Amino acid sequence: MSEPGLPVVPQGIEELDVIGVRHGAFGASGGGDTSGFGGLVEPIVMPAPARRPFGGWFDEVSDELELALQAAGLHAADAIEKVVIYRDEITYHVRRDHLVSFATLLRDEPGLRFEMCLGVSGVHYPGDIGRELHAVYHFLSITHNRRIRVEVSVPEGDAVIPSLYAVYPTCDWHERETWDFFGIVFDGHPALTRIMMPDDWPGHPQRKDYPLGGIPVEYKGGTIPPPDQRRSYN
Amino acid sequence: MSTDNVTFTSAGPDDSDSYAGSYDTTEGRIYNVSGGDWGTIAGAPEGEHDRIVVNMGPQHPSTHGVLRLILEIDGETVTEARAGIGYLHTGIEKNMEFRSWVQGVTFVTRMDYLTPMFNETAYCLAVEKALGVTDQIPERASVIRVMMMELNRISSHLVALATGGMELGALTAMEFGFRERELVLDIFEMVSGLRMNSAYIRPGGVAQDLPADGAQTIRDTIPLLRKRLKDTADLLVDNAIWMGRTVDIGYLDLAGCMAIGVTGPVLRSTGLPHDLRKSQPYCGYENYEFDVITKTTCDVYGRFLIRIEEMEQSLRIVEQALDMLQPGPVMIEDKKIAWPAQLSIGSDGQGNSPEHIREIMSESMEALIHHFKLVTEGFRVPAGQVYAAVESPKGELGCHIVSSGGTRPYRVHFRDPSFTNLQAVAAMSEGSMISDIIAAVASIDPVMGGVDR
Repeated sequence: MSEPGLPVVPQGIEELDVIGVRHGAFGASGGGDTSGFGGLVEPIVMPAPARRPFGGWFDEVSDELELALQAAGLHAADAIEKVVIYRDEITYHVRRDHLVSFATLLRDEPGLRFEMCLGVSGVHYPGDIGRELHAVYHFLSITHNRRIRVEVSVPEGDAVIPSLYAVYPTCDWHERETWDFFGIVFDGHPALTRIMMPDDWPGHPQRKDYPLGGIPVEYKGGTIPPPDQRRSYN
Repeated sequence: MSTDNVTFTSAGPDDSDSYAGSYDTTEGRIYNVSGGDWGTIAGAPEGEHDRIVVNMGPQHPSTHGVLRLILEIDGETVTEARAGIGYLHTGIEKNMEFRSWVQGVTFVTRMDYLTPMFNETAYCLAVEKALGVTDQIPERASVIRVMMMELNRISSHLVALATGGMELGALTAMEFGFRERELVLDIFEMVSGLRMNSAYIRPGGVAQDLPADGAQTIRDTIPLLRKRLKDTADLLVDNAIWMGRTVDIGYLDLAGCMAIGVTGPVLRSTGLPHDLRKSQPYCGYENYEFDVITKTTCDVYGRFLIRIEEMEQSLRIVEQALDMLQPGPVMIEDKKIAWPAQLSIGSDGQGNSPEHIREIMSESMEALIHHFKLVTEGFRVPAGQVYAAVESPKGELGCHIVSSGGTRPYRVHFRDPSFTNLQAVAAMSEGSMISDIIAAVASIDPVMGGVDR
């Protein structure tokens, strides 16, 4: 075991994870603001990174991880960007270069033994400049009855993450789905093709900037705008 | 995926026959046949039809909805199997990003349409976790959730047996299965107003309390259900034909299940007693006595037996839930989250209860404002992400939600067990007969609404 209090989190990162700014009480802009709420400005802040001690078994897993990473010739601080604990769930933000070795340790180390990968899905944060696309993996250890989450962030212009197919074959379809919906390329996947949308579909529908269609209504030329342009709460 | 030979729809140069044609590729001449015109290329030169790729589905009756199996066959033997999905993709996850948190229930209930209660519970548990109100869910609401889920497990397993039986030619099993399922659906209709897609379980509790005679009706149904489940089991358990079609078929061992991420009855048929109701209890499952059924045969027959015995365990849980049912609220106390109205049936049909209407229309302006704000705007969920999972009849049904602090989900993703388990088709059926693929797929019990979402 490493010394308690040894930071998994590297020093000097911003405490606040701001992913965007919310304006006003209603989503749509451009119309007349009769409510007076239009001037509201509020940052959207995701839960801040956690510091040791994490409490519960989170420390055990983190210690095991650090030791295992060390044994594999890696620095914990290099592989793990930050650790977030929220609602009794632990999230390791892992740098993409180290994802495969990180996952291999999760699977193989007796003290970790996350036998089951529950797949990957994406989240698109257009406001998180430089790390717009997040791939989120969930792992379950049946042996120790624990769950962890691993998150990898990549910029939109270089959305490539190494595939976990070789470590966890279950990621096969999950990675295809994430490619289909978010356009994240999983490098090393044997056949990264679309899985839900037709093969010739343009764009990646789950991205926040994907254009949505409106439904034309035949009533005095009126139309209903697409859902993302309607006046709505946010 | 080697689908390049099968995705062409135009017949190419030789298209005199609209159902069959051929064209040249760098790999040789490719013949396409659709409809019933196999005979038109039966006379193809010897040695040229050495690789036959057959599309089974997406409209084949025994592929469980719109599943497309792409089979490379050598005689009756399947040499390569691939599953093509996506034909029932409805964009539920994307749609939810433009509706309030409560409205999300109406979407998720339609994913795996045979397990609506599980979809709703997984989603609501995730929302409640994100809100940090898991401890505040009333006891009665949790008991009702458990009861509904276990009844739903029975109806889902019954459909698995019914359709699985039908696909293997056991039509009586199909009739029995669907008939018994009606008993459960009648209960759902009585409790929620809808047989399927009921949107009954809501963030904070359930939409409304059981009707006055609800608990008694459920209690009265159990003996009949138990008797008929036994009839269904007796029909098949020692049936030589059924065993001939299922024993040692669709083999997938523990290592395979772990690698592919398979959960549910398929995983338990390898002998591993993994059940989230035991290992990570939710909704108070730790207070119920039941057994996790396992078999060690790793085959279709073992999964069938597991489903049969799990239904009996579900009845046990429902009985205990009925005993635990105490009067009390079915919706969280927090007025900023709880749906303001309760439904009732009046002379003009179902609607908000007269007491509530009286309160908001003639007694309290603030109550009206509150009702309006909560129904149109909804509640806000603090920014962050959570994951909640339940043991659905098919395996681990996980719900990952991300909130940006708004009144609508920022991102919702469902880890549907059918989606993951369906990846095992190739491992279960390559090298087997075509007819055994049907049994293997039936034992996975995929529901395409859940797979494609």
